[in-house]
Amino acid sequence: MTSTAGVESRILRAPHPVPGAPDNWKRFFSFNTDAKVIGIQYIATALFFLLVGGLLAMIMRGELITPEADLVDRTVYNGLYTMHGTIMLFLFIFPVLNGLNNLLIPCMIGAPDMAFPKLNAAAFWLVPVFGVILMASFLVPGGPASSGWWSYPPVSLQNPLGHLINGEALWILAVALSGISSIMGAVNFVTTILRMRAPGMTLTRMPIFCWTAFSAQTIQLIGLPALTGGAVMLLFDLVVGTSFYRPEGGGDPVLYQHFFWFYSHPAVYVIILPVFGVFSELFPVYARKPLFGYPFVAGASLVIVGLSLIVWVHHMFPSGVPQWMRDAFMVTTMLIAVPTGIKVFAWLATLWGGKLRLNTAMLFALGGLFNFVFAGVTGIMLATVPVDIHVNNTYFVVGHFHYVIYGAATMGVYAAIYHWFPKFTGHMYYEGLGKLHFLLTFIGTNLNFFPMHPLGLMGMPRRVSSYDPEFAFWNVIASLGAFLLGVSIIPFLLNLVSSWVRGAKAPANPWNAIGLEWLLPSPPPAENFEEHVPTVISGPYGYGTGRPLVEHQEEIERALLQA
Amino acid sequence: MTISPPVDTAAPSPEGHEAAHANYSLTGFIIFLCSESVIFLAFFSGYAVLKLSALQWLPPGVEGLEWRTPLLYTVVLVSSSGTVALAEHFLSRGQLWGFRAFWLLSMAMGAVFLYGQAIEWRSLEFGITSGSFGSCFYLLTGFHGLHVLSGILLMALMLQRSFRPANYAAGEQGVIATSLFWHFVDVIWVLLFLLLYAWS
Repeated sequence: MTSTAGVESRILRAPHPVPGAPDNWKRFFSFNTDAKVIGIQYIATALFFLLVGGLLAMIMRGELITPEADLVDRTVYNGLYTMHGTIMLFLFIFPVLNGLNNLLIPCMIGAPDMAFPKLNAAAFWLVPVFGVILMASFLVPGGPASSGWWSYPPVSLQNPLGHLINGEALWILAVALSGISSIMGAVNFVTTILRMRAPGMTLTRMPIFCWTAFSAQTIQLIGLPALTGGAVMLLFDLVVGTSFYRPEGGGDPVLYQHFFWFYSHPAVYVIILPVFGVFSELFPVYARKPLFGYPFVAGASLVIVGLSLIVWVHHMFPSGVPQWMRDAFMVTTMLIAVPTGIKVFAWLATLWGGKLRLNTAMLFALGGLFNFVFAGVTGIMLATVPVDIHVNNTYFVVGHFHYVIYGAATMGVYAAIYHWFPKFTGHMYYEGLGKLHFLLTFIGTNLNFFPMHPLGLMGMPRRVSSYDPEFAFWNVIASLGAFLLGVSIIPFLLNLVSSWVRGAKAPANPWNAIGLEWLLPSPPPAENFEEHVPTVISGPYGYGTGRPLVEHQEEIERALLQA
Repeated sequence: MTISPPVDTAAPSPEGHEAAHANYSLTGFIIFLCSESVIFLAFFSGYAVLKLSALQWLPPGVEGLEWRTPLLYTVVLVSSSGTVALAEHFLSRGQLWGFRAFWLLSMAMGAVFLYGQAIEWRSLEFGITSGSFGSCFYLLTGFHGLHVLSGILLMALMLQRSFRPANYAAGEQGVIATSLFWHFVDVIWVLLFLLLYAWS
């Protein structure tokens, strides 16, 4: 048979790097254009900055364990929360998701690489560059930016020491570079998804993760330029002395808030949409059932893109915006619950009656879904103008978005890392350590972030280093939860490193999952399927239906088993 | 039985790799241009908000902007879209020298526009720190000017490429992308002219 010869020769060949690139660990420190190397570079960099941001968070929680400002100076505290937010968003969650995009999108759609491999590598290498710039702001006179991660003028325009290079200017520079890197990535991901799918993979046969990544990257393309425009004006105001936002020259500080939130609210969907994609990939695998309502789950992602662009003023209800704006944006914000609800019910229907396999990846996905529903409930509360005005700038808001970004998004990222770890490293992870990581994370998350809700309702403001002793009880619990979260990272990193070094060899498809990436060896060779891209003949998630996904699936699977 | 070859033209095959890749570049460039337009949209809306809510818009002593000379340079810039289209027309018929002539003419027209902009900047009695008006004026015209400059540099690159033998089998994509960029810069300028000079 000549048929399987091509498959076998491809599969039996050891994974090789891009020609000319080092084939050992050094490739992760080089300007490598292989999306799978870049994906791991993104994820490793992001995990490093997760530790940095987490350390800052634990210093803050250490400060807040007592009502007095005793651990750090108040001005230092201002820098801590500003840098914690900025690092976690721009240096942890965005890069880690871009890492997943790089690993998964080309493999899932059967492309050899991204559409623009060099642009891809350049986008990644900007991350350490602006990471260093942001870190360097700790060393400049006057310390790092201290006006919160949103840098509202006129607070952010204060430059008491009068230096040209100050924390705030470095902050804007870092955010601008992050924006450029993200735009480069977004152009790449969207082009790859639109133009490089395997034969037979129509848009309606594309895995949901690709749909959500496409939606998220579309938001990046529309939203980020607005933030960049706004940030350029902020930089001019700060450095040159223009009057875009300076009231004394006729500027309008609220204008900045519009630019900022026009991007930074949709940015939440940039974060959560790929995690929705992860949930949609994992639940069918571990419940052994097709995803319920595929077209609705896919379509809901696009509806979220549309709605996400017309909700930003809900961050500005108390900023002196007119009443009609408050009413309109309250309604659009609440409408977001509809497509999101469609997804949640689709996942529940997928799980319903399924044969659940509760390994670490599935536990993280279920835990993430639980936290997401909780965050959704408080989100609807915050969308309501009267409630929002009551809890604005209190810990209620902090609790809400940490449930979204840690409880749902980061736990979803953990789920994805565990699920695809065997595929991209070629080694199985240790279940025991993984489950310990899940347990500590789930308990830590809820212990840390739940108390923030009663605190907010009682009226404790965010961004303060000292508080009234009546808030002490919940703050102690939250701080203990934060330290538990800090501990939870230890089994995680231990697991990643030791499994990669000496974990059991992973088969091509350890979870019996359906998808093009599982028809590749673990780890996949540099160009994935190269010229032997299988032809897709049915939609994704055919669990329990017996439908093959691609032509000649049996031969491919047999060849993978023999390899 | 054979493993099915890649039938989809989107999947790159070894022989068609170069052409397919250029094709992606155009897709990517169009996506980038759409994204880039949002930055101008942000600046335009910021300008409109500041202007509509201003108590005193023009700096003291400034009566308004002189629009006649800028209109002249506007005509030069907008007609360069036509010369770019002519250049593309010649290229599609394989007449490289016609392409180069009109391409160079378009570059020159862009340069004339930039020169006019520089003259205008020097003659104005307000600066970038003269209130919101001055800030907006210099930011908008400056940012657009940077785009004109980038367009001229891109065109220079394409012109240089046209001298490489047999380049235009796959090299037309770059010309299409550059001309799209140039039309984009022109459309932005028309909007900018209306906002800055006509709306008072």
